[in-house]
Amino acid sequence: MESEPIIRVRELSKRFGDFTAVDRITFDVARGEIFGFLGANGAGKTTAMRMLCGLSYPTSGSGTVAGFDIAREGELIKRHIGYMSQRFSLYDDLTVMENIRLYGGIYGLSRREILRRTAALLERLDFRAERHTRVGRLPLGWKQKLAFSVATLHRPEVVFLDEPTGGVDPVTRRQFWELIYEAAAEGTTLFVTTHYMDEAEYCSRVSIMVDGQIRALGAPAELKRHYGARTMDEVFRMLAREAKRTE
Amino acid sequence: MERAITAEGLTKRYGSLTALDSVSFAVGRGELFGLIGPDGAGKSTLFRLLTTLLAPDAGHAEVDGFDTVKDYRAIRRRVGYMPGCFSLYPDLSVEENLDFFAALFGVRVRDNYDLIAPIYRQIAPFRTRRAGRLSGGMKQKLALCCALIHRPSVLFLDEPTTGVDAVSRNEFWEMLDDLRQRGITTLVSTPYMDEAGRCDRIALINAARILGIDSPKGIVARFDEPLYALSGERMYELLLAARQSPGVRECYTFGETHHLIAEAGFDPDTFIGTLAGKGFRQVALHPIGAGIEDVFMKLMHHGE
Repeated sequence: MESEPIIRVRELSKRFGDFTAVDRITFDVARGEIFGFLGANGAGKTTAMRMLCGLSYPTSGSGTVAGFDIAREGELIKRHIGYMSQRFSLYDDLTVMENIRLYGGIYGLSRREILRRTAALLERLDFRAERHTRVGRLPLGWKQKLAFSVATLHRPEVVFLDEPTGGVDPVTRRQFWELIYEAAAEGTTLFVTTHYMDEAEYCSRVSIMVDGQIRALGAPAELKRHYGARTMDEVFRMLAREAKRTE
Repeated sequence: MERAITAEGLTKRYGSLTALDSVSFAVGRGELFGLIGPDGAGKSTLFRLLTTLLAPDAGHAEVDGFDTVKDYRAIRRRVGYMPGCFSLYPDLSVEENLDFFAALFGVRVRDNYDLIAPIYRQIAPFRTRRAGRLSGGMKQKLALCCALIHRPSVLFLDEPTTGVDAVSRNEFWEMLDDLRQRGITTLVSTPYMDEAGRCDRIALINAARILGIDSPKGIVARFDEPLYALSGERMYELLLAARQSPGVRECYTFGETHHLIAEAGFDPDTFIGTLAGKGFRQVALHPIGAGIEDVFMKLMHHGE
């Protein structure tokens, strides 16, 4: 890749007492990539992701996210990334407009800027007629699109998606992935964590964590070839079965 | 086929929302029957009706020959139910939870230990740990033991594999397979289409209605249109370009490839030539068999 990686991690570790949750992980994510971050329960995925999102500092190692230092600039990282989870993203009791305004405020946008981006967002999603509808009353597919748009309201270069399409119907799911593909084609980086290996198949590259370490890293097709597996699910199980530690 | 579960025209409304709309199906004795559908399809409502926790607004259902409304007491004694949310006592230990559920049904753990042994053995090293402190996979194994301890004739499992990792999910399905071999009838729900193949028969459910019932192989055999897997560079642009190409009825993302449904007269070579003219090189197009998701989407469109 010609440009600087948007996420650059070297020997990143996090220890809690004598327990090493994340054990010297090293990887790069290029701009515009859809990067899948996989691991079994207890493999250290959440701890690693918290460091990448600026929510906790590493015990050792180094790295940058969107140009900010993971070891020192957590606050700046938080302000410059987007985050969306299928479980929680929007406030059901607030209207579409209120949700956008709330998040615009949290991301520190000016009132004028919020108004401008709200109008553009409603236009693009074709949501104008629903702007005063409470989010809880929207169909799931609409909610997801809105949640993604809100998570990217401040135009972050990298967006973290936590199990973005778990539990949705296959049509809605595809509408969502198209939104992701579109964002990636425009140069946004998508960092996806998931338990579901069929979501992993949508990623340009994936990493698989076992016992705090990254055991495999590559495009889904490469990994399947390398492990002689038919699906990512098989690859994952082959690696995760070797896990020594339980939660 | 002797029936363990029968539902006819089951309907349930919550105010103006119809959660289940005239649902009919039957599960044979000893079957592992899967209910496959997204969140909000009506799966949990169906479980609550069949386990007598709710009464239907229309239609009726029988479990083990008993009516779910009139004979609810008999049904509650005979079935095992694992709801979608964590249903154990977090402050009780693993073995205390098991003892408690056995006592509720008036049995002793050792009476039916043979049934749960293969599952319980995996969590036995943690028997004194409080249930609230178990990992997701272990919680699910304990919940399954608690649902089985009175040797139910029918087992109801509402999304047992949601939120657990791929390894635990696979172990869980192996346990269900083992229970099937011991003759337990199981109705299990999941939003994950890739789990459908682990069942004897499945019902696809969406927006309060059943879209189709068959064996997993029978369901995918219903897909009767030419289907191709499409891949190449610049996958997003390729998707948009494919949709514009003649002879393409539908093209949608499918993980590493796109799936393309062709109309009559579609010619792969012409298609690839057209794309090459738009600057797409090294496009690969292979005919493939449909998966559950392809069928699910097709049936969803039918219902509209």
